[in-house]
Amino acid sequence: MSTILETRGLTRTFGAVVAAKDLNVRIDHGEIVGVIGSNGAGKTTFINMVTGYLPPSGGDILFDSRSVLGLAPREITRRGMARSFQVAQLFPQLTVIENALISLVAAEGPWPSFLRPLDTPERRAHAEAILEDFGVTPYRDAVTSTVPQGARKLVDIAMALVSNPRMLLLDEPTSGVSVEEKCPLMDTVMAVVRKHGVTVLFVEHDMEIVARYVTRIMAFYSGEIIADGSPRSVLGDAKVQELVIGHHFDLDLLGEPA
Amino acid sequence: MTSLLAILFDGAIYASWLFLVAAGLTIIYGVMRVLNMAHGSFYAIGAYSAASLVGWYFSGNVGNPYLSYLLLIGCAVVAGSLIGVIIERGLLRFLQGKDEILMVIVTYALLLILEDVTKLVWGVDPYFAYQPYRLLGQTAVGVGLRFATYDLALIVVTAAIGLAAWFALNRTNRGRLLRAVIHDREIAVAMGVNVNVLFTVTFAIGAVLGALAGALTAPAISVTPGIGVEVIVLAFAVVVVGGLGSIGGAAIGAVLVGLTRSVAVHMAPEMELFVIYGVMFLVLAIRPQGLFGPVLARRI
Amino acid sequence: MNITNRLKSTEVTVSALAALLAAGAFLMPAWLSFLLTLALAKALVVLGVVLQMRAGLVSFGQALFYCIGGYGVGLGAQSLGIADAFALLALGTAAAVLLALICGFLLTRYREIFFAMLTLALSMILYGVLVKSSALGSTDGFNVAPPSFLGWVPEGDARKQAVYLLTVVIAAAAVIGFNRYLKSGLGRVMEAIRENEIRVDYLGLSPRRLLFANYVFAAAISALGGGLTAIASGHIDPDMAFWATSGEFVFIAILGGTGHVAAPFIGAIVFSVIRTFAIQEAPHTWQMALGLVLIALILFLPKGLWSLVSRKHTKAGNTPAAKEATA
Repeated sequence: MSTILETRGLTRTFGAVVAAKDLNVRIDHGEIVGVIGSNGAGKTTFINMVTGYLPPSGGDILFDSRSVLGLAPREITRRGMARSFQVAQLFPQLTVIENALISLVAAEGPWPSFLRPLDTPERRAHAEAILEDFGVTPYRDAVTSTVPQGARKLVDIAMALVSNPRMLLLDEPTSGVSVEEKCPLMDTVMAVVRKHGVTVLFVEHDMEIVARYVTRIMAFYSGEIIADGSPRSVLGDAKVQELVIGHHFDLDLLGEPA
Repeated sequence: MTSLLAILFDGAIYASWLFLVAAGLTIIYGVMRVLNMAHGSFYAIGAYSAASLVGWYFSGNVGNPYLSYLLLIGCAVVAGSLIGVIIERGLLRFLQGKDEILMVIVTYALLLILEDVTKLVWGVDPYFAYQPYRLLGQTAVGVGLRFATYDLALIVVTAAIGLAAWFALNRTNRGRLLRAVIHDREIAVAMGVNVNVLFTVTFAIGAVLGALAGALTAPAISVTPGIGVEVIVLAFAVVVVGGLGSIGGAAIGAVLVGLTRSVAVHMAPEMELFVIYGVMFLVLAIRPQGLFGPVLARRI
Repeated sequence: MNITNRLKSTEVTVSALAALLAAGAFLMPAWLSFLLTLALAKALVVLGVVLQMRAGLVSFGQALFYCIGGYGVGLGAQSLGIADAFALLALGTAAAVLLALICGFLLTRYREIFFAMLTLALSMILYGVLVKSSALGSTDGFNVAPPSFLGWVPEGDARKQAVYLLTVVIAAAAVIGFNRYLKSGLGRVMEAIRENEIRVDYLGLSPRRLLFANYVFAAAISALGGGLTAIASGHIDPDMAFWATSGEFVFIAILGGTGHVAAPFIGAIVFSVIRTFAIQEAPHTWQMALGLVLIALILFLPKGLWSLVSRKHTKAGNTPAAKEATA
């Protein structure tokens, strides 16, 4: 398998605080990687650096073997790496379908499709298909700020996928969502992701959720990766259990290894 | 040598004036996140009330002429705090937490209202109150270089006000509380700071500073309609150079803008207006948050 | 009804209204057509403010381009000897676009109050320069000679009617053109920028570049309004760049609302009619009235007069809300 994303010695400091320390990550095409770690462990900092929102203090980021260091988020998006957000980043006063339509027009070009009306029948049909995929059709014409949290998170992820990225970074897709909703939400997302064949890296606090969907886990602790490997090996790691999970993790919860 | 001295003194005089008008603006913004367009009106009201009061004082049987300085300061304090409390309690209170840009429009509406109120109260004819200015005569600061003592005194007074503000903010408990609010309003609220009272007091202090700037300037100019407007744009320029919401920043901004303007006035008078805004655009181009403004925090 | 039909129906309505206004040129009293000329010209300037408000930016210095458009026409006629109205308007607009290309480069870095105050500062610089330029008449400005129209030089009443008709045609064209713009991908992305710039960036677009384009469009249409004003009134002076002029444009933008391209036109006509009478009745409290109305609008009618019109046509909550609506 070939590498899609690689970081070399990626480091970021905020004053005296080291939010990311010499991160060497290598992710292959088609992997579904989970990232765990307590608050402030450097997970979001990692995503922010990789997607161009936060300039690293040192190191390099290679996407498809080309450095994306110094590129803006829009340029990295155009190269095929998209992300979702811990707090859904939407256009709150526009309707859900308008959010999708704008994502579509952005992905299309933008020129010359920019000059044609946004809401053409073809584009609308496309947008409706996307909403259908994510199961948010009931909220199609609702103003986004009035839509429940779970649906907002789904719209947020849908918008990231509109550009047909080859890699998707999900920053706590189930945060702010009730416990019962977490699994259905992730099922929906993963179904779409598998359909598109996207490589996924996702940050999650709920260990059971992580273990359920990923093939590999990276554990962050105070800016460093302290364990990286199969869910079973990482979650069974004593150091991870002590520093990240905070208690003994019962591996039986994972079911049979795949 | 003389011209260098002249540039320095002119710059210092202008800088102290700038600091006076900018200090109130930056304090109000720092605490309330309201960029108060009506600050210029506070300046104008201070100037008008001072000019009319001093004019009246000298038109009668004058007692001690030096008492007129107390009048200047006294009427600014009264007028400023009065109007500040009225506006904060009567209007801004109901708009707390609104978008910053919406508050600009609201205070712009206030500016329009206060401009007409000023005209209704004082008419459109100019007011003069030159007596306090003349009273102090001139002082020689070098060979063939003389300045109005009033202007030089203004530097001292401004420095005193600046030091007092610094002392109040850094060496008193209430001041530290205020700085906590400027630093992080949400945490301050969570810790039980009474924001309503704090906002009223802050707005009143800002208004008094604005009125004081007007009152202290009144003896040196002819007070006419519209004097307040130029002030707000200038004060904004000074405040963004230093960093919005920072008093120290306002001081540095005032010195920078004051000296640059003074250089321009002496070297290339036609460039005066350009250099003031030129300094602002230059600083913003290099440091968008101003020289002492806090770096914006992560938003996602 | 799909988007193409909706655009067409708007365009038919606008054309019909414009034809009606044009026919009125020969029926209405001269003072009224003059008032409408100035109101429509003003509406074009305000449209520039509205374009930016829809993108989340409040320009407190749109008078900069209004003034450039006016002085472009005036100087073109006086110094370059251009007589044709279309050439003069093109000159003023081109000058504004050029200036906007320079200023926009700087200004698109800024948002919110910074953008507002920096635009204000730029217009006040122009004001200061004009006031000190004795060659341009300083504070008095100068008169603009009546232009010709593609070689035709009307006299007397015909001249005023020609200017009026020209303004009506340009206004109608602007409404149709900018309606298409506001409903286009680009126009709608401006709303997205207002709502969430980070997301727009992560969708693969540069908010700054798009805002830059929008800023230049706004400058062009505002300059066209300034040019028409100069031709209609036959006079220009530095007050065109004064802060109060910009403030008036912001006022009309809020009065009309930002929900539709026609909103500034409704706002400008209502504003001009009221002002005509208010200036006579209560000249000393006019600004105060403006301020009070502005505060009342913000508190009670945040989407402007347009929301009164649109309420009948669309379901509540279905229209793209203006920023100030929930801010």
